[in-house]
Amino acid sequence: MAIHTLAVLVENSPGVLARVASLFSRRGYNIDSLVVGPTENPTVSRMTIVLNLEGHALDQVSAQLFKLVNVIGISEMKDSDSLKREILLVKVANTPANKEIAKKHQAVIADESASTVSIEAVGSSAAIEALLNDLKPSGIRELVQSGLVALERGDHTLADRTLSTMGTANESDPNSSTADYQN
Amino acid sequence: MMGKINGAQSLVNALEAAGVDVMFGIPGGAILPAYDPIFDSKIRHILVRHEQGAGHAATGYAQATGRVGVCIATSGPGATNLVTPLADAQMDSVPMVAITGQVPSAAIGTDAFQEADIRGVTMPITKHNYLITNPDDIPRAIAEAFYIASTGRPGPVLVDIAKDALQKETTFNYPKTVSLAGYNPVLEPKSEAVRDAAALIAQSKKPLLYVGGGVIKANASRELMQLAEITGAPVVTTLMARGAFPDSHNQHLGMPGMHGTVAAVTALQKADLLITLGARFDDRVTGKLSTFAPNAKIIHADIDPAEIGKNRHADVALIGDLKNILKVLNPATKAALAKSAPDLTPWLNEVYGWRKKFPLGYDKPADGSVSPQYVIERIGKISGPDTIFAAGVGQHQMWASQFIGYEKPRTWLNSGGLGTMGYAVPAAMGAKVGAPDTTVWAIDGDGCFQMTNQELVTCALNNIPIKVAVINNESLGMVRQWQTLFYNQRYSNTDLHSKRVPDFKLLAEAMGCVGMRCEKPEDVDKTIEAAMAINDRPVVVDFNVYRDAMVWPMVAAGTSNDDITVARSMAPVWDSQEL
Repeated sequence: MAIHTLAVLVENSPGVLARVASLFSRRGYNIDSLVVGPTENPTVSRMTIVLNLEGHALDQVSAQLFKLVNVIGISEMKDSDSLKREILLVKVANTPANKEIAKKHQAVIADESASTVSIEAVGSSAAIEALLNDLKPSGIRELVQSGLVALERGDHTLADRTLSTMGTANESDPNSSTADYQN
Repeated sequence: MMGKINGAQSLVNALEAAGVDVMFGIPGGAILPAYDPIFDSKIRHILVRHEQGAGHAATGYAQATGRVGVCIATSGPGATNLVTPLADAQMDSVPMVAITGQVPSAAIGTDAFQEADIRGVTMPITKHNYLITNPDDIPRAIAEAFYIASTGRPGPVLVDIAKDALQKETTFNYPKTVSLAGYNPVLEPKSEAVRDAAALIAQSKKPLLYVGGGVIKANASRELMQLAEITGAPVVTTLMARGAFPDSHNQHLGMPGMHGTVAAVTALQKADLLITLGARFDDRVTGKLSTFAPNAKIIHADIDPAEIGKNRHADVALIGDLKNILKVLNPATKAALAKSAPDLTPWLNEVYGWRKKFPLGYDKPADGSVSPQYVIERIGKISGPDTIFAAGVGQHQMWASQFIGYEKPRTWLNSGGLGTMGYAVPAAMGAKVGAPDTTVWAIDGDGCFQMTNQELVTCALNNIPIKVAVINNESLGMVRQWQTLFYNQRYSNTDLHSKRVPDFKLLAEAMGCVGMRCEKPEDVDKTIEAAMAINDRPVVVDFNVYRDAMVWPMVAAGTSNDDITVARSMAPVWDSQEL
């Protein structure tokens, strides 16, 4: 498997999700999940993209992504040095066994009716999968999962690695800048 | 204190501030507010006959001058007619800014009259694009558009502006600098990479300079010449790089690729090092990628990091502006070669032997008709190396690349990546506007010419005296060639009957041009000279040529460069020691 998780800082501007999705679609990169949301900086959004890159090199994908003008920074979130979490909401029969499974997995009973319980779990992809495997034999009525979100462990932030190098001022007169290229 | 103006005036002020001297366009409902201040602007607006013509004219202008080409159109169909030129400019890295009107912001998303989501449509075929609904955003968007289009790897930028943003009041405030969080092109190569590249060059016994269009974009021909002289390595120039290195230079092997010279194609296959400068290992150059340049290490110099390793692994990547790269690579290479320089003589004897043994050529048609290659060759000879040539796409394009000697950058314009039939006439128009004192020839096919010839009306009415050679073989010649070679001579839908209909001479005259026709080999020179003598009007010459002429050499699509043929079913005959 060639699964990679990318954290991508993008300008919070209209159409940026479409630009990213369009790029992945036209170059044939498979997305397992894509999550986008606000960050501590209101002008910047953060995407966490899980890619299945059979036949494509990660640095080529990153380079193509980085060509999008609205993409500010990209970092691979490796399992060894990042926190990765997914959210699961799953509706199953209201049985003592199912409640026991939820408890065992440290999941929360978020809603309960006479016939069903809705279980809420936050955890790694493996933990979510383990919970689902335990619930499957007695039947799953409905489930919804968020994509993965990821955060680097330790003191580093993606923003201070990428935003510090951004935005060097340039003359905006195009003909003066092209003139620099001319013999 | 700045007075209140409307968004349209702000747009025109911004275009003036960006240094625009000419733009090509057609007004319509949504863009109409902008056309009122355009009427008073010092910017020359050239009213074209089809928006596609505006787009390719902007490209021709940009390719000929190195400046940003500008086109302008209305919403909906006006904007969608720009799609082909935008895709073309994206593929060939042409700096272009396209301005389009959009329906009023309140109507966006309602399927309003002449509404098209042109920002969405053009996302994959522009370097960047904008939808502006607030008039205060216009100057910044224009400044950013010109900055993005002209820096880094050049490309097209579209600015779509809602009609109400053009009508509302605003103040004009053009930014002095542009700062974009996510756009900072790398211009200077890493010094370790430069050192590694020089070391590879100093070890190579069979080096080859594989030169692409990026050298022309970076205005780095002079630096390329220095590297060629320092290394003594032979040079190939791709279709987009014709003119980057003089064809007359002894180290030049010509064009590589599907219709490249035997020497250029074979040198790529046999080299032990490709010094790749602003080229992108396009499939038309590499042939079957897995068999391309099997013995070669790769130095890949490009301003676009995403080109590195895209198609072929690079042993050394030099990311930056090519002129900057060569300014440091040249002395580093010179120093490395001063310590140890392998003897290139056996390699040079080999490649120059191939060039001598397998020169480009063509047979005279047995039926006495005019050879298309001869016409193109004579136009090149008679017009000389200062002439700008713009070609369409197909056989005539390949012959124009092969048989006109190019000595200078920006004298050869064509649609390389997208392969856009119909490029020649509007691109020649744009080039002539950008270089009014230069002779500009469009070398077109009879198929291509029928796609965009309406812009000759624009040329006739706006004193843009281009010259057009219609290489008329009555057919979609390149497609017909493939039908000859690969489809058992079943000529499905490639016969255009264009020696009868339309009458190109009459058509040219109807459009305000001088129309000429040439049907005999002995008339070719005097017809070209007659066309050269006319400078007050566009000229169209209908050259009736031999229809079964084919483009050779050829590496069939999807096959290996090793399987190049010099004529039908004819591989080059090598001496045994050569392979």
